[in-house]
Amino acid sequence: MNWITQPWPWCIAGPLIGLMVPALLLLGNKPFGISSSLRHICAVCVPARIPFFNYDWKRESWNLFFVAGVILGGFIAAYYMQGADPVKINPQTTALLKQEGVKDFSTLVPTDIFSLDALATLRGLIFVVLGGFMVGFGTRYADGCTSGHSIMGISTLQWPSMVATCCFMIGGFAMTWFILPYLIKL
Amino acid sequence: MRNIKFLLAGVVFGIILVKSQVISWFRIQEMFRLQAFHMYGIIGSAIAVGMISILLLKRFNVKTINGEPIEIPKKRFTWGNVWGGLIFGLGWAITGACPGPLYALLGSGFWVIGVTLLSAILGTWVYGLVRDRLPH
Repeated sequence: MNWITQPWPWCIAGPLIGLMVPALLLLGNKPFGISSSLRHICAVCVPARIPFFNYDWKRESWNLFFVAGVILGGFIAAYYMQGADPVKINPQTTALLKQEGVKDFSTLVPTDIFSLDALATLRGLIFVVLGGFMVGFGTRYADGCTSGHSIMGISTLQWPSMVATCCFMIGGFAMTWFILPYLIKL
Repeated sequence: MRNIKFLLAGVVFGIILVKSQVISWFRIQEMFRLQAFHMYGIIGSAIAVGMISILLLKRFNVKTINGEPIEIPKKRFTWGNVWGGLIFGLGWAITGACPGPLYALLGSGFWVIGVTLLSAILGTWVYGLVRDRLPH
């Protein structure tokens, strides 16, 4: 198996992601987390005298370098490591999604839903804009995302992170099972 | 530049996110429909490795590369963990991406995700604006 061009199995990728926790602590006592970067971007660009965005963001600038690295890593993997190839998901999921109206299965995301052209449609606005808004609002309200709570928080045995992670999953299941089928049909 | 090491750590994280297909909307669908173990395996083994690493760092009293003792910030419970968690969960199933994958997708050339990311920044900003009026 060629590890550069083939997708990585969970038993390789999961432990590597777990190692980000000690790596960032060793590199300078940084807690693994991504969503704080969204707050720092607000603090840098549009603090607008909101107390929540008026703090010394320069002390947290490592986090902005970290997410800039994630963008760069995404570029390297997609363009030089065949990372954007079609995803071999469970055929049952494919069948279900086709039935609900998803058409494009040729890359990482269904481009019939996620594209700049689709932004002119109600469905596109909901998936691209409203979804993003909920991710940004929700992660900050919850004080962390999948990396900060589910991985960093649970690894360090913090029960509020366990509560947050359970709520992430409840929200995700509720959306997928009860609401998303109607949104895809829009 | 003392921050370059964090940029490099981010590059590694970004490559892992793409190569494991964690950034795929389809993988998130599979996860929430309980039709694949992939995502559960990744999150579960990441937590296990994170936990063991922390135990080892503490057990052997390892210091950071600057010689400082390792400090892990405490998370305090607020009702925001619940309400915000639910809102994020609902949004996660729509976008098929949490914040890390949003950045990695943008790097992978899915320009439209730049709009999602801007919208996430706006969501964070609006949270900051109405924060005092929300239950915590």
